[in-house]
Amino acid sequence: MNAWFDKLYETFIESGLYDLLFEGVYTTLLITLGALLIGVVIGSLIAVVKYFGEDVPALKPICWLCDLYVTVIRGIPVVVLLLIFFFIVLKSSSGIVVGIVTFGINSGAYMAELIRSGLNAVDAGQMEAGRSLGMSKIQAMGKIIFPQAVRYILPAIFNEMIALLKETSVAGYVAVVDFTRACNLVRNNTYDVVNPLMACALFYLILVVLLTQLLNLLERRLANK
Amino acid sequence: MITVKNLSKQFGHLKVLNGINVEINKGDVVCVIGPSGSGKSTFLRCLNLLEKPTGGQIIFEGDDLTSKKVNLNLHRQKMGMVFQQFNLFPHMSVLDNLTCAPIMLKKVPKEQAETKAMELLERVGLADRANAYPKQLSGGQKQRVAIVRALCMEPDVMLFDEPTSALDPEMVGEVLDVMKQLAKEGMTMVVVTHEMGFAREVANRVLFLDEGVIMEEGSPEGIFSHPTSPRLQSFLSKVL
Repeated sequence: MNAWFDKLYETFIESGLYDLLFEGVYTTLLITLGALLIGVVIGSLIAVVKYFGEDVPALKPICWLCDLYVTVIRGIPVVVLLLIFFFIVLKSSSGIVVGIVTFGINSGAYMAELIRSGLNAVDAGQMEAGRSLGMSKIQAMGKIIFPQAVRYILPAIFNEMIALLKETSVAGYVAVVDFTRACNLVRNNTYDVVNPLMACALFYLILVVLLTQLLNLLERRLANK
Repeated sequence: MITVKNLSKQFGHLKVLNGINVEINKGDVVCVIGPSGSGKSTFLRCLNLLEKPTGGQIIFEGDDLTSKKVNLNLHRQKMGMVFQQFNLFPHMSVLDNLTCAPIMLKKVPKEQAETKAMELLERVGLADRANAYPKQLSGGQKQRVAIVRALCMEPDVMLFDEPTSALDPEMVGEVLDVMKQLAKEGMTMVVVTHEMGFAREVANRVLFLDEGVIMEEGSPEGIFSHPTSPRLQSFLSKVL
């Protein structure tokens, strides 16, 4: 046991590489949260457009574009997407920016579908009741449909968040020092294979467990309402 | 108040309404009866454009609602609607169900909206349930709340779409009582219903709809006691 602690100390502290790990934590969280924000915004916009698009002819072309976006993004592996953005689309941007944008756009495609299915799960009579009182479609969406849809959407959003968090582990492909990359650098520099990889795995595991706890908490609070 | 001119509605190839002409005056209580699939509900839902007519006009207080220039939302504020399935907002308390539209759309101050809502709740005997959520209410209570929700907007006309059809038999009475009270106070009402007793007692006019047209129209006395068309005679013989 003592030998193991010595090894840990040697790998992470003595080597002076713990700075790298902190940077990794920061970068992973930054990319995940930034991408999440972009993903939720894109996803909500597409979901709402498609929700209304079914009976507004003027929205048909926009719906078609949304479908195209979802199809294309979902059809391309995220690493390939990341490289395309890094080397072609956002050539002069930093890796972190590329990471946030790419994962955000990727996540948006999945969010769109799951938010849309949540909106559709709310009984059609709810929209009719809102409209019959004189609310506009947007007002009824904001006050009546969306608050009810949240309950259906929340678990799926957290699933997507967990997937997103873990997907960011490929950000190292574009010269970003996220947590996975940081652990790899530590491994390369210290020739300690086991501990950096275990630390890496543990890091994601702990975050996912925390997210799951948060979801449970939120769901309980919504259920009490 | 509402003039319906040559109203027609088609779902795909299915013609549901085939040229309906009705005049609804202030203070009228019009009951619409007819077999299922006759277009009763579609007719009612066309009145506030929840269903978009494929032809004809709905003229409400001088404005043609089927015209593109009309602000439908403003007109709908004056047409309360009560649904078969209540459609209360399950994520809001009873009081919030009642006040959300007046506060949001008519900019009524919150306190004033709540006072008004409580007053109306009192009248339907549900003041003690103001802070309950819809799932805690019985069907009859839900429908009474739904009626009050529409009344909170101070509408000029109330549309009822089979308001008692989803209720347990023992709860039908309490909802009909509220509606009778409303009619007595002079509210203009259009009621799609299977409650022939209610139509007979409360309506001043009854429309018999079949196959998308008004087959027969008249006073309750005329419709129920002296039906002329064979279709109405056979319908009544089955339901009375």
